[in-house]
Amino acid sequence: MVLTARHDVRGRRRAGLDWGVRRVAKPVVFLACLAPLAWLGWLAMAGGLGANPIEAVVRDLGSWALRFLLLSLAITPARQALNLPVLMRFRRMLGLFAFFYASLHVLAYVGLDQFFDWTAVWEDIVKRAYIAVGLGAFIVLLPLAITSTKAMIKRLGGRRWQRLHTLVYPAAALAAVHYVMMVKADLREPLLYAGILALLLGWRLVARVRRVRRGPAHQAWPGSSARTSVKPPETAVATRGR
Amino acid sequence: MLIRSRKPTDPLPSAITPRKHYLDRRRFMVATAAAAATTGTVGAVGVAVPKARARPAQRFDPFTLSPLSTDESPTDYDAVTTYNNFYELGTDKGDPARNADKLKTRPWAVVVDGLVQRPATIAIEDLLTRFDLEERIYRLRCVEAWSMVIPWVGFPLAALLDRVEPLGHARFVAFETLLDPDRLPGQRRPILEWPYVEGLRLDEAHHPLTILAVGLYGDVLPGQNGAPVRLVVPWKYGFKSIKSIVRISLTEHMPPTSWNRSAPDEYGFYANVNPTVDHPRWSQRRERRIGEFFRRDTLMFNGYADEVAHLYAGMDLATWY
Ligand code: HEM
Repeated sequence: MVLTARHDVRGRRRAGLDWGVRRVAKPVVFLACLAPLAWLGWLAMAGGLGANPIEAVVRDLGSWALRFLLLSLAITPARQALNLPVLMRFRRMLGLFAFFYASLHVLAYVGLDQFFDWTAVWEDIVKRAYIAVGLGAFIVLLPLAITSTKAMIKRLGGRRWQRLHTLVYPAAALAAVHYVMMVKADLREPLLYAGILALLLGWRLVARVRRVRRGPAHQAWPGSSARTSVKPPETAVATRGR
Repeated sequence: MLIRSRKPTDPLPSAITPRKHYLDRRRFMVATAAAAATTGTVGAVGVAVPKARARPAQRFDPFTLSPLSTDESPTDYDAVTTYNNFYELGTDKGDPARNADKLKTRPWAVVVDGLVQRPATIAIEDLLTRFDLEERIYRLRCVEAWSMVIPWVGFPLAALLDRVEPLGHARFVAFETLLDPDRLPGQRRPILEWPYVEGLRLDEAHHPLTILAVGLYGDVLPGQNGAPVRLVVPWKYGFKSIKSIVRISLTEHMPPTSWNRSAPDEYGFYANVNPTVDHPRWSQRRERRIGEFFRRDTLMFNGYADEVAHLYAGMDLATWY
């Protein structure tokens, strides 16, 4: 029958896409996400980090943490703008790489820059606001990384998980502020990152306002009458975006 | 580079190290560099010989090595000339070296005016030939909590001041960097108020440690290090040592200084290296000597306390930071 045949083709195409994402695209993106670290390692070995290699390492890792954070926040807008739902499947990986680079950044600061001088680290946290703000960003990122597994999403339930993960906004804001505060006088680069973050957050604000304007009817899930009482199906986490 | 474990608690190492030792070491360094340059190898010897390719010609040879020098190992020439804060040539540490060719240093003259008996405009050629040049190996401590040891070539600022004869009511010396966005492209953007200005109290300016530097590692000063003439005040944070000077004015009142204007709560007029006075951005208790892994303790007045502490007797250095 025509109908079934068409159905089969679609199904096969979907299965093919899934295979491609899982077996090809994801590993490729994963390796690409490791490239900055590999490059940094190469430079360190080749003596290419300049006169103050420790500073260079701390800064490079911090920059990549922020970049991955922004990339992960760009997924939802990009998915909708480009009508590419498949992008959603890379969001968690990018977010976790942001956390990975942030952890290495903090580790490099504690282990290389301060060489585990905890008194000095503590002094820095209390006395230097930009360090305290950076620590704030890191602390906020922690629960997000911990709850990034499928099991955790299940355990928390889609809506609660989603609400928890809105913490990524303050985390990114704190990271951007951390960078702005760190710089002495030339604010161009940190403000560029802050500007990109503002765009990504602004886009969400506009989208939300539009949703609200369209009225509650459009927000309700099919088959329900009261908007507040519904719990979105598990898959909604992946499609609705945060 | 060679990493020394000895602490730099020696404001005047020359007091215990015979002067001859310096000269011998200097001759040895020159000889090694020459040998390395001809054979194309790096001098892997136990003294601070920077990479041979980086070692410039000894253009200022011969000159005397000042007994005010430290005997600590100088920081690699490469590091001294590629890790610079000179916002007029870019705000990244590597920018000044990349953009240094824009800074044409001829023609160049330094105006000395204000409260002086004999104001003068001194051409750079005269500045380079009319004063007795010495090598001064000084510690340099940046407010960003890193430090270097740099062999400058220069002469005491006092020698210049003596020639212009400051008037009795002159109490400060104001310095000014060239203002020319073509030669100093960083001035196209208002990161700081241009031109960069700095100042010293007259007694600080007269202090024998305070020099005008025209050279580095025996060669003329590279653009990124403040060519063709800069101030070096080794007991103060690096930003006091203003680069590419075109004007020196004697004044009665405390002159404005660039970083103080930009962030008065962070940078004071005095800016003496002081491990006990904290800075909102960097702990000043310790510093990273470029080329070393572990931080080392920062010394009061950058290790020059014996020479300069008396200048600030009775002053509260936490107030006058
Ligand atoms: C305990 C937490 C943190 C500490 C102690 C810390 C510390 C630092 C330090 C010491 C620097 C370099 C300052 C300098 O070289 O003068 C820095 C820079 C930076 N940090 Fe952090 N940081 C923390 C968390 C984070 C987090 C979570 C992010 C981003 C997600 C981040 C992003 C950055 C960025 C973008 C820079 C500037 C890099 C550049 O100059 O290119 N930091 N941080």
